[in-house]
Amino acid sequence: MKWHAIFEKNVLILAAGILITVSIGGIVEIVPLHTIESTIEEVEGVRPYSPLELAGRRIYMREGCYNCHSQMVRPFRDEVERYGHYSLAAESMYDHPFQWGSKRTGPDLARVGGKYSNAWHVAHMIDPQSLVPGSVMPQYPFLAENALNIGDIAAHLEANVVVGVPYTEDMIAAAEADLFAQADPLGDHGGLLERYPGATVGDIDGNPEVLTEMDALVAYLQILGQMVDFSQYTTEDLRQ
Amino acid sequence: MATAAAAVAQDTAGTRDSVDYNEDVVRLFTLATVFWGVVAFLVGVVIALQLAYPVLNLGLEWTSFGRLRPVHTSAAIFAFGGNALFATSLYVVQRTCRASLFGGRDLANFLFWGYQLFIVLAASGYVLGITQGREYAEPEWYVDLWLTIVWVAYLIVFAGTLFKRQEPHIYVANWFYLAFIITVAMLHIVNNLAVPVSFAGVTSYSLFSGVQDALTQWWYGHNAVGFFLTAGFLGIMYYFVPKRAERPVYSYRLSIVHFWSLIFLYIWAGPHHLHYTALPDWAQTLGMTFSVMLWMPSWGGMINGIMTLSGAWDKLRTDPVLRFLVVSVAFYGMSTFEGPLMSVKPVNALSHYTDWTVGHVHSGALGWVAFVSFGAVYYLVPKLWKRRELYSLKLVSVHFWIATVGIVLYITAMWVSGIMQGLMWRSYDSLGFLQYSFIETVERMHPFYVIRALGGILFLLGALVMVYNLIRTIRGDIRQEAGLAPVRPAAAVSAE
Ligand code: HEM
Ligand code: HEM
Repeated sequence: MKWHAIFEKNVLILAAGILITVSIGGIVEIVPLHTIESTIEEVEGVRPYSPLELAGRRIYMREGCYNCHSQMVRPFRDEVERYGHYSLAAESMYDHPFQWGSKRTGPDLARVGGKYSNAWHVAHMIDPQSLVPGSVMPQYPFLAENALNIGDIAAHLEANVVVGVPYTEDMIAAAEADLFAQADPLGDHGGLLERYPGATVGDIDGNPEVLTEMDALVAYLQILGQMVDFSQYTTEDLRQ
Repeated sequence: MATAAAAVAQDTAGTRDSVDYNEDVVRLFTLATVFWGVVAFLVGVVIALQLAYPVLNLGLEWTSFGRLRPVHTSAAIFAFGGNALFATSLYVVQRTCRASLFGGRDLANFLFWGYQLFIVLAASGYVLGITQGREYAEPEWYVDLWLTIVWVAYLIVFAGTLFKRQEPHIYVANWFYLAFIITVAMLHIVNNLAVPVSFAGVTSYSLFSGVQDALTQWWYGHNAVGFFLTAGFLGIMYYFVPKRAERPVYSYRLSIVHFWSLIFLYIWAGPHHLHYTALPDWAQTLGMTFSVMLWMPSWGGMINGIMTLSGAWDKLRTDPVLRFLVVSVAFYGMSTFEGPLMSVKPVNALSHYTDWTVGHVHSGALGWVAFVSFGAVYYLVPKLWKRRELYSLKLVSVHFWIATVGIVLYITAMWVSGIMQGLMWRSYDSLGFLQYSFIETVERMHPFYVIRALGGILFLLGALVMVYNLIRTIRGDIRQEAGLAPVRPAAAVSAE
């Protein structure tokens, strides 16, 4: 193997050889994913998260829920029966970052929205074992006590716009108001629901006085898997 | 074979007294390896116990499983594994090039303190809830930027040292280290592209979303395995196994084939983490195909490592340090057989989302990554502190056996619980209904979680035995022991 001496005697040639060798696979796999249009199915209903849902998503990430819960139902009979329709790429197209997960210590959450009441979620987050005695999930009583502190929510929406989420000027202007209105039983929900159809509105955690981290998290959980109306589509329509 | 053999021989030749090796920084990285190892194993035990006994989450923000698990994975991979890679690569590159580190003492110290700062920033962030929410890429944008600076400095030091070498050839271990450094830089930068909400704040949004983000992340994640936990550690294998066995690398030709095919194939395998997801089928198929092919170079490397002992097999009986090194390569063989198997879609349909994955991870992590690091540390400490031998080879043997029993408990428990849970999820009763609710499958995991925690406790105890042994070694003590020990002639030691 005399030819190999050229790599063994020149640092730069060795380094260039390495860089080229390790670049090929990634380029071939990742680039087409951005260019092939059918990668993301054409379905209606997928919208950007409301400000409160977005804040809830940050709490989901902060607490590391993705370490135990997936958000990706695979197209198997048992999973579809247990969790609902298999997940589409379109459903997470505004997820920066994705939260598909890789371990199901707890059940999949891709379609948990609408499955339980707000009150159930609140009680479950405070003390999971009180509702599901064998659960190994940690308790999160502090979520109900901590006031939501997300900083400048409009700036969050703007950062999302930079990475490609279609928040409109309108949405950004109303972000701060929407954040508070969504969990306020007396809030004005008309405009909010127009901007974010299907959002859970009204008092969520039984404490209308304060906008808590719990309000945000439950608002997020309740929209999961709720955006696409699957009765409108056949498997054929959903081909990638 | 000639080159590889020559390269191994070169640093016992003794002509390098004139070279001013920087061993201070290697000593620091070695101590950090041991320290972070204990931290990582301890947090591993804590989270293992939390899954068995959820009250241990304490209901506090900073102690829940979801926040501590990334502390464990980052401490294990980046702190323990990373420091082991720094320590060994900086040692090996100097010895095999007969050159001191490029950039001098200051740059080397910057590497050390810069990397420790990265670890502390990352881990304290997770505990406080600052995270990007992506496995193995949790540090937020400002920590990522800092790591990029440290990493570029690492590349400069390493490649610069190769550049000023006094040997004609670059030794094979250095190819692997260089591939590790370059590829990790590429992965880290691309995967962490993100837009901060504000430059005064800690949060950011990733540039990619959904399916593109998933593939980019697992292109990164799988190659964190492939280049951080594999290529880098193969560098350790290619130097320390031949050195400790005092044999040349089995086959130079195989080293070349091993190297190029491994780094070429690994990059493609990421999609096996996304089987049956919303990732398009063509990408899944590519990922599966390349993962199965990856079995070949992996085993080529294993054969090259183990067969290096040809003619020196008896040393396995007398030298527990060599035993750590060789058994680690055997575990490497095992997890790189299991990995391709789990990449086959129908198998993955069962294993994905279950503890089978966790078992696979730890046969690689404990058996391969940790064992090869222990072997290297046991080799390095007497050399770096100029001691004749370790304080006690018997204690090394004790460490070896406790840790091995710990691994066996850990991975068998995970195989059983993983396959059991996977089968329970998909089983139907005679009426055609799902037989088990989710929580029933969780309840059945409890005994296995307990066994896994016991295995982890044994593994941790073994590491504490190592700490004691190393402290005594550094103090200059030598325990009188019969039987074990290839105590090498004092002359050979002092010549080094
Ligand atoms: C005393 C030793 C150890 C114990 C008790 C331990 C325990 C654990 C536990 C309980 C988990 C979480 C599993 C789950 O979510 O179900 C975990 C995950 C993990 N550990 Fe360890 N661990 C140990 C050592 C290590 C080492 C040495 C490494 C790496 C070098 C490592 C790497 C990982 C990784 C990468 C994961 C994530 C696995 C995945 O996402 O599938 N661990 N460990
Ligand atoms: C030929 C080599 C290998 C192949 C083809 C391979 C393949 C796989 C597959 C198919 C999975 C499961 C993905 C899923 O279903 O989610 C996996 C997970 C994993 N493997 Fe390997 N593996 C290999 C070697 C290794 C080695 C040597 C290590 C460790 C040192 C390792 C560490 C991991 C880790 C950390 C994960 C868990 C990722 C997660 O968090 O989900 N693998 N691997």
